[in-house]
Amino acid sequence: MQAVLQKTPLHDRHVALGARMVPFAGWEMPVQYEGVIPEHLAVRKDCGAFDVSHMGEIEVEGPRARELLQSLLANDLDRIGPGQAQYTLLTNERGGIIDDLIVYELDPFRFLLIVNAANKDAAFRWIKDREITGSDVRDVSDQYALIAVQGPKAIERLGLEHEPAFTFAMGEIDGVESVIARTGYTGEEGVELLVMGEDAVELWDAVLARGAVPCGLGARDTLRLEVCYPLHGNDITPETDAISAGLGWVCALEKEFTGVEELRLIKEEGPSRRLVAFVMEERAVPRAGMPIEEGGEVTSGTHSPVLEQGIGLGYVPAEHSAPETEITIDVRGKPRKARVVKKPIYQRGES
Amino acid sequence: MAESYPDELKYHPEHDWARIDGDQATLGVTWYAQDSLGELVHYEPPQEDARIEKDHTYGEVESVKAVSDLISPLSGRVVEVNQKVVDAPETVNEDPYGEGWLIRIELTDSAEVDELLDAEAYRKLIAEQ
Repeated sequence: MQAVLQKTPLHDRHVALGARMVPFAGWEMPVQYEGVIPEHLAVRKDCGAFDVSHMGEIEVEGPRARELLQSLLANDLDRIGPGQAQYTLLTNERGGIIDDLIVYELDPFRFLLIVNAANKDAAFRWIKDREITGSDVRDVSDQYALIAVQGPKAIERLGLEHEPAFTFAMGEIDGVESVIARTGYTGEEGVELLVMGEDAVELWDAVLARGAVPCGLGARDTLRLEVCYPLHGNDITPETDAISAGLGWVCALEKEFTGVEELRLIKEEGPSRRLVAFVMEERAVPRAGMPIEEGGEVTSGTHSPVLEQGIGLGYVPAEHSAPETEITIDVRGKPRKARVVKKPIYQRGES
Repeated sequence: MAESYPDELKYHPEHDWARIDGDQATLGVTWYAQDSLGELVHYEPPQEDARIEKDHTYGEVESVKAVSDLISPLSGRVVEVNQKVVDAPETVNEDPYGEGWLIRIELTDSAEVDELLDAEAYRKLIAEQ
C-alpha cells in the first residue's frame, strides 16, 4: 500500500504553474517548472523562489532548552544569541549524523530547529525522548510553510535591506508577515521565509510578482551540489561522521554532546576516508552510488549548469583526498577520469 | 520547439525515430522522449563501425536528473555519429528530428522497417501514456 502524499499549502499554485510534481520524502513536491537548467541559472544570476514547506520545524522551549540542545547538537549554541541562526548537526552515540539542521534562537528560552523532511520524525523523536525538566519539545511543522528566495537580486527584488548571513527577524513583504531568515541552500545571498501556512499563498504570489522565478527541487539539488552543501541521506547519514564528511567546523569538540568522544577520536587519528568534491575530466555525469576505483563511492553527482561538466561528492580513502588528485569513476562499467577539487566547486561571483 | 511527429519518419515504441534513406537510416529520439527527459547534458554514442541490434541499447542520453538508454529501432552498422550532439547535447531538445539526430547506420535487414510504427500509430501510442 502506498501512503498518501502530503501537500504543501502551495500545491495548487505549483500545478497551475505547470510544475512536474514528484513524491519526495512523503510529500508531493515540484521537481521543476520550466526546466532544471534555466531555474538554476535564474538563481545564480537573478532570483529564484522555492517551496520548501516540506521541511520540518521543531520548537524547543523552556528555561533548560539551551542546556538540552547543547547536549544534543554538535555546534556550540553559545556562539549565537537571539536573532541569530546556526548550522549544526544532531549526532548519535557513534558520532553519526541523524540530521543536519539550522537552529534559530528566537529568545534565550526558545529555539526553532528547521530539519530535513525525511528526518523530521526521527529528529523529533530523538530530541523528545531526551527532553529534560524545564524543556518542552514540540513538532510544529504543520503550522508553517517555508519559502526560500535566493539569488544575487533576491534582497533587492523583495525590497529588503542586506543583513549578515545567519541572522533573522520578523518582517513584512507586501503586507505578509514572516520570519525573514538570511539562510539558504544555494550558495547565493537570499532569505528563507517562515510563514504561517494560511499566509503562504499570498506570500508566494507576492514573491513571484516581484520577479522571482519559481524553482523546483531539481535546481535546489544542482545548486547545493555546486557549492558542496551536503545532502543528508546521500553525503551524510547516521553511519557517517562529521569529521570524515568535512564538517569538523560544525563540531565544538571542546564541549560535551552525544557522540563527541567518537568524534574526538576520529579527529585525533585522522579519518580513513574523506568526503571530497570532484569534477569530471572526461564527459560523463556521475551519479550517487557509482563506485570510485580508488575506493569508496559517489554520494551525489550531477551535471553542473554553470561549469557545464559533471561534478560530484564522494568518499575516497584519505590518501586520495588531496585537491588535484586524479580519481576514476565507474560510470556504468566505463572508467571515467575525475579530479578532486577544493570545496566549494563553485563560489559566488564566478559566473 | 512545439510537439510534432513528422509523417515521413518511422517510430519505435521506445520513443526513437528512423529516417530511411535507401540502405541507410538516420536515428534519433522523438519530441516526446526529449520532453520527458528535460534538457540533455550528455550523449554517450556508440563507436563508429559498431554493430547495433534492433530493440537493443546502442547508447545513452542524460539530463540533469536522469539517464536513459537509447533503443535502436533497426539493426545495422554505425557509419556516423553526430558529433554536434556529443558537443552540445541540448541540440536534441532544440531540434530532435533535424540537427539533433544521433547516428546514421547502414541497415543489415531492411525488412525490419516494416515492423516500425508510422507517425499516426506512434501518436496514438503516446496519447495512451
